[in-house]
Amino acid sequence: MNYHFEFGWLFEYYPQIIKGIGITIQLIAIGAVAGISLGIVCAWVRALGPLWLKPVVAAYVELIRNTPFLIQLFFIFFGLPSLGLQLSELQAANIAMVVNLGAYSSEIIRAGIQATPKGQFEAGASLAMTPFETFRHVVLIPSLQRIWPALSSQVVIVMLGSAVVSQIAAEDLTFAANFIQSRTFRAFEAYMVSTAVYLLLAVLLRQVLGTVGWLIFPRRAAK
Amino acid sequence: MIEFTIWDVLRNLLLASRWTIVLSLVSFIGGGLVGLVLLFLRISRRKWARAVAKYYIELFQGTPLLMQLFIAFFGLGLFGIDVPAWLAAGLALILWSAAFLGEIWRGCVEAIAKGQWEASASLGMGRLQQMRYVILPQAMRIAVPPTVGFSVQVIKGTALTSIIGFVELSKAGTVVTNATFQPFTVYGLVALIYFALCWPLSKSSQILERKLNVAHRNH
Amino acid sequence: MSLIEITDVRKSFGDNEVLKGIDLDVEPGEVIAIIGKSGSGKSTLLRCINGLETISDGSISVGGAQLLDDEAHLKALRLKVGMIFQQFNLFPHLTVGGNVMLSQMVVKKTPKPAAEAMARKMLERVGLDHKFDAYPDELSGGQQQRVAIARALAMQPIALLCDEITSALDPELVAEVLAVVRELAAEGMTLLMVTHEMKFARDVCSRVVFMHQGRVHEIGPPEEVFANPRTPELKQFLGVH
Repeated sequence: MNYHFEFGWLFEYYPQIIKGIGITIQLIAIGAVAGISLGIVCAWVRALGPLWLKPVVAAYVELIRNTPFLIQLFFIFFGLPSLGLQLSELQAANIAMVVNLGAYSSEIIRAGIQATPKGQFEAGASLAMTPFETFRHVVLIPSLQRIWPALSSQVVIVMLGSAVVSQIAAEDLTFAANFIQSRTFRAFEAYMVSTAVYLLLAVLLRQVLGTVGWLIFPRRAAK
Repeated sequence: MIEFTIWDVLRNLLLASRWTIVLSLVSFIGGGLVGLVLLFLRISRRKWARAVAKYYIELFQGTPLLMQLFIAFFGLGLFGIDVPAWLAAGLALILWSAAFLGEIWRGCVEAIAKGQWEASASLGMGRLQQMRYVILPQAMRIAVPPTVGFSVQVIKGTALTSIIGFVELSKAGTVVTNATFQPFTVYGLVALIYFALCWPLSKSSQILERKLNVAHRNH
Repeated sequence: MSLIEITDVRKSFGDNEVLKGIDLDVEPGEVIAIIGKSGSGKSTLLRCINGLETISDGSISVGGAQLLDDEAHLKALRLKVGMIFQQFNLFPHLTVGGNVMLSQMVVKKTPKPAAEAMARKMLERVGLDHKFDAYPDELSGGQQQRVAIARALAMQPIALLCDEITSALDPELVAEVLAVVRELAAEGMTLLMVTHEMKFARDVCSRVVFMHQGRVHEIGPPEEVFANPRTPELKQFLGVH
């Protein structure tokens, strides 16, 4: 192997990389907040919600969990316009991330709800709360706390999966790497650098989610 | 312009699905073998072995599969090898699957009660004998549902290989879309084919898991 | 030379020294009861003799096999001394027969027919030969513990360590396990047992070791230790004033 590594291009192209990182962070921030919210709603429907809604949500969750994110993205970006729904690259990417994480997180959150001791629901009912009030005030937070580590892992997985939004020309970190390699022909270096950045982002994201968990959950709450 | 019936589209997609299936099988089996090596390193008594496996797993679980594919595709080229897409795809998916399978299986091995290690040790078994006759037979039982579940991730992961030019179901979807200008129908069908491949595996993973839980409760 | 020689054994978990210099020699055929409060180090001592814990200082040998922290020495030691656990630790994926045969075949390379014959003999000894093809989860706790004893005996150890072997059992199942141990003692097996069964210790044991805060606090024949406890700690433990 007679290859000379060359990272000089970094000086010229770092603004692209910074911008890409910004888009990737924005994608996962919106994806996580909206996706987990959607997941909570879906989990509520599947565990405690109205009967007629359950199969609808179940179909959504199963469909998303059993198809590749790339195809979901293509369907939203290329397919939906034929129904008259024009989306920008970034809008399509955001929607795809929310829809994807919504399905995965609903399954995780549902497991947390199902692990709630029956006595919690009974205690809520005995205090004259409606099932929804019991869910909202008694069941939800401990349920989320129970599955927070699994949910955090899923958010990281979705963040890493967001690399494919470059394929619809959303200008994320991977898009920047592709752009640089097409200009400099330094494919290996460009991808090494962006891979390292992703690794860093994954580590940071885990820290952030850990901190969020530490902030929103009562310190000495039951398991 | 040639008219494509929906059957033409479906036939082309199904033909390409063969390569999705082949690549999934290769990745899953290859990943399983490498994953087994990782598992043994991860639970080894040697510190360096544990560290190697740990960092391997963190690296492959902490970076996008797409980047791994790019690096395999462009990186191997640095060695003067002309890398065909199928080779880069297979290699990257095997290494990626191995990281996840190794970690899943480690969890299963660690779920076996400590008393099983102690009892077999007190009977004079060496570490490999303990693994082979006592720990792995039990760990394998609980490993089946998550392993089957992960096979779904592998199938979905193969979709990314279309980006480096491997022609499988997703790539065929793009090609057919470009020929028919019917993205809604074509990507819808692509999604349905993936669903048909993945859903039975997801479902059996769930059913196996439930069975295992029931069996455990009876113990 | 004694059968089991424990010399100035020390063991720490982090900063916490749980064994602070234990000396104990056991002659062939002796039955020793180790008693004491939880946290006194009695289980740790037993686990050290089998090499399940590494020792920080001192030495242990059983029938000439030294406790050293490598696989060959550990194996030699463990072939001489069997261990029975509080939680039975039967292998749930194997039948009763399979449990008793496994280590004979794997560790001693005994051919299967011989291992099976030995397994049947040992199961007969504990009164469970009719359960040969049952799985552990089909047995009561007392039966499981008797299988565990048969499993250890099938390796033909020269001594047996029993770590609170009746503590996880329902009260009505304790007697059947103790009956088996009593028989072993009568046949001359060397036994070291950590136990809370004071009556059993008094009836069967040749010596009683009272451990307190990581040391052998009192030691002697049961009639002496139980009837005339010398230290206030043992008096308090036995509830005599």
